[in-house]
Amino acid sequence: MSLEVMLNAAGLAFVVAGARWQQADGQIVFLLILAMAASEVAIGLALVLQLYHEFKSLDADALSEMRGAA
Amino acid sequence: MEVTFYVAAAVAIISTGLMLRDLNVVHALLYLIVSLLAVAVVFYVIGAPFVAALEVIIYAGAIVVLFVFVVMMLNLGEHAMTQEKGWLTPGIWIGPSLLAGVLLCEVAYLVVRGGGAHLEAGMVTPKQVGIVLFGPYLIGVELASMLLLAGLVGAYHLGVRTTQKMDIQHARDPYERRAAFSGDPLLAGSDRPSRTP
Repeated sequence: MSLEVMLNAAGLAFVVAGARWQQADGQIVFLLILAMAASEVAIGLALVLQLYHEFKSLDADALSEMRGAA
Repeated sequence: MEVTFYVAAAVAIISTGLMLRDLNVVHALLYLIVSLLAVAVVFYVIGAPFVAALEVIIYAGAIVVLFVFVVMMLNLGEHAMTQEKGWLTPGIWIGPSLLAGVLLCEVAYLVVRGGGAHLEAGMVTPKQVGIVLFGPYLIGVELASMLLLAGLVGAYHLGVRTTQKMDIQHARDPYERRAAFSGDPLLAGSDRPSRTP
């Protein structure tokens, strides 16, 4: 969620710059940021679900191994 | 005219700060929604109505709903019911609804006031955005589509394992055991036991 806030701030900066100089480029970049945020959220939440199934907890300290379970 | 901009920006900052401060996920999500709506109002005042609409539809409509789904799915324990009841006490609505009410008054003021609801810098119309988007930025659009496809495939790949586990459990159910394929596709499965136990 904090990542979303940061992406939103970056997009706001782009749109404000685009409005300042009367260019549509800022809004284009905001669209690209929006697409990236959407796909990133989908993958991140799928990862969270997978980890919850694996460890039955959301404690980040439990995820100290990178060895696959399979 | 600039007053609306400053009010919306203040609402966005306050709600974001409250979101970061909140320890409860659902309360933080409420503040996040208010923050996104405030940023949408800021976009509208600045002169970018297209992006404002996208902000409401995609961010507040799709991404936050995804967050809410996952937060609710992760608490499927036995004590989840009481926990969710604790989340949804009436008191928690006061802060977000107060901020959202400020935003609503502001939007109503903008609508009643009519045209010219933008700062002096002028607005970038959706038509300009579309022309530039499918002109010089066509390759960017293609890259975004490939990124979304990769996100789709990745999310499916990460989510499919849990459903496969469920399928295995399902196949162990004696009434759902699959019949042997006898080589004749017309009669395949005809000797399957009935689904009703």
